[in-house]
Amino acid sequence: MIARLAVLAIALVLALPALAAEPARIVYLGVVDDPAYQPQRVYTGLALKDRHRPVDGARLAVAGTKALARALGIGFVLDERLLAAGGDAAAEVRAARASGALAVLLDLPEQAMAAVLAAEGGEGLLVNIRHVDDRWRGADCAPALLHAMPSRSMLTDALAQHLRFRGWTRVLVLRGPGPENEAEAAAIRRSIGKFGLDLADERAFELTNDPRQRDLGNVALLTGDARYDVIWLADAEGEFGRYVPFATYLPRPVVGSEGLTPVAWHWTLERYGAPQLNQRFRRAAGRDMAAGDWAAWVAVRSIIEAVSQRRTVDRAGIAELVRSGDLALDLYKGVRGSFRPWDGQLRQPILLATHNAVIAIAPFDGFQHQTDTLDTLGIDRPETACRR
Amino acid sequence: MLKGLSGALCAVSVAGSAWAASGIAIVSNERGNTLTVIGPDLAIVDTMETCARPRGMHFSADRSEFFVGCADDDQIAIYETATRTLLRRITGVPAPETFDLHPDGRRLVVSNEEDAAASVYDVETGELLAEYETGEEPEGVQITPDGRLAFVASEAANLVHVIDLEADAVIADILVDTRPRRFALTPDAAELWVSAELAGVVNIIDVASLKLVGDIAFLPTGFRPEQVTPVDVLITADGSRAYVALGRANHVAVVDVAAREVLDYVLVGKRAWGLALSADESRLFVANGLSDDVTVVDTASLRALTSTPTGLVPYGILIDDR
Repeated sequence: MIARLAVLAIALVLALPALAAEPARIVYLGVVDDPAYQPQRVYTGLALKDRHRPVDGARLAVAGTKALARALGIGFVLDERLLAAGGDAAAEVRAARASGALAVLLDLPEQAMAAVLAAEGGEGLLVNIRHVDDRWRGADCAPALLHAMPSRSMLTDALAQHLRFRGWTRVLVLRGPGPENEAEAAAIRRSIGKFGLDLADERAFELTNDPRQRDLGNVALLTGDARYDVIWLADAEGEFGRYVPFATYLPRPVVGSEGLTPVAWHWTLERYGAPQLNQRFRRAAGRDMAAGDWAAWVAVRSIIEAVSQRRTVDRAGIAELVRSGDLALDLYKGVRGSFRPWDGQLRQPILLATHNAVIAIAPFDGFQHQTDTLDTLGIDRPETACRR
Repeated sequence: MLKGLSGALCAVSVAGSAWAASGIAIVSNERGNTLTVIGPDLAIVDTMETCARPRGMHFSADRSEFFVGCADDDQIAIYETATRTLLRRITGVPAPETFDLHPDGRRLVVSNEEDAAASVYDVETGELLAEYETGEEPEGVQITPDGRLAFVASEAANLVHVIDLEADAVIADILVDTRPRRFALTPDAAELWVSAELAGVVNIIDVASLKLVGDIAFLPTGFRPEQVTPVDVLITADGSRAYVALGRANHVAVVDVAAREVLDYVLVGKRAWGLALSADESRLFVANGLSDDVTVVDTASLRALTSTPTGLVPYGILIDDR
């Protein structure tokens, strides 16, 4: 690395300051053989969702800093660390900080995440690029923890705004089994209340052909005997949900896990410079940019932006600026973003997308907020359970 | 076949370079892959197929030809102005966005959006003469009238790169506000104005010292700051007035250049980006990317005269009237 920097510095000696000895270092921390990135097979070996490490997004952000490094005299380095199974995540974060890291991007399973926050969550910068669960922004938040991924409640609020905007107010919720779908359904109920929609009914489904559980497994039966404008699906796995559109009792659109889905990023976004970012990512990573990749990318960009404003790699100063909420970030989603001071969540527009198009972007016109319309999405300051 | 013909066609165009200006305006439609041709009466004369994702355009030195940058075809198409026939192409130009022509009439400095580079091509031979590394997503290009400096804005890196074309090197990278897009130079070349799209301002750079010396913020009535996304900037020939297309704010700002003060905001179409002034500066053409039209503004009354429909997502405008 030192050799590489030296070459850069020599190349840029022309009327420019040589690069400072200490680069701006950002650490990505993941886990070896993380089950979250193993292909999740369903029947007949199909993988319904591509699951890739979001580190590609972080790499892209760092790869784009050459000219900025030339201007600032500060290089940017991404240090990728993978924790062995059973490894001590908190110790790894400590080591990263000892090596001078300005921020650690956390791509960790829940347990490891909790361990890091308990031991190392007090100061510096930790950026969640993976979890949407509101608990990390609420009861389990930490002073050092920021979230580049939108929260679950931001995602459901975005969809609820769309339904309100379209006047599709009567919602039938179909919920799959397990805690993930329970959490999703809870967020959906909250958003339905927040934006004045009507919960026509909430029905649990099971992936089953058992004739004794016909009312749980048959889409037509599940969607009959109710009056509703739209079906909102909570199905994290996707194996049931993919059979819901066009199989409903009434001719109604499906939103949520299938159909129209709220996401942080989509590979078809056509405005706000997004095509350039998507093309750059595709060229670098050989695949389409997904929400996690975008979160990793924007997390690194926030550090880069802070370093370029302060023109230092002073850890405390950078952390203070990023966390302050005063750092305006180019999100490539049309509106500048910043981190909410009360829970560390990145304010951002949410895209409502089908499998191949972005249909709308929340927040919608007409949803007002006293300080920032982006705060109509997710848990606002008065409601936050985060005490930090 | 077109390539084979290019030599012969080129000779023809040089021989017949002294046309009368037709008064037409040519609009590149980024998503329509077409050029819309608007007559002096502001009616559509022609809609012609062009290359894929046409964006930046520029006249040749004698205005007998015009260049169209085709981002998705990686080429610059060169047309004869009078007949609007394709003369030749400069191929292998990675994702050209905008460009500026050197006063020598030969060197075209191009921003290569996908490659984080600015490249210099000979417009006669199509030869790649030089290439300079920029930040990600280079966009606006501005060459000084003396031909010594080229400025290139890098949208993603928030930098304005200063290329010394004689020294063949990038001599400075100036940090500006968020997402710098386009440039305008004052007629005396003392001040460089650069729009910062996401900051909602125009930064002013002193060309002698290459330092930021001021900025102008915009906020038309009824808009929130985040909706104000300035892109194209024009300064009149006498240097008194500037026009700034405010993007999502659907207005063009009219600025007193000396006082650096906004005089007025003119309502135009949706997401105003590209600007062009008629030769007598009585009419301002504004390309509205999200309403697929060009608004023509009377610069005396500062009112829109009309809006003419174009193809999908109009980007740039050239007016053949001088």
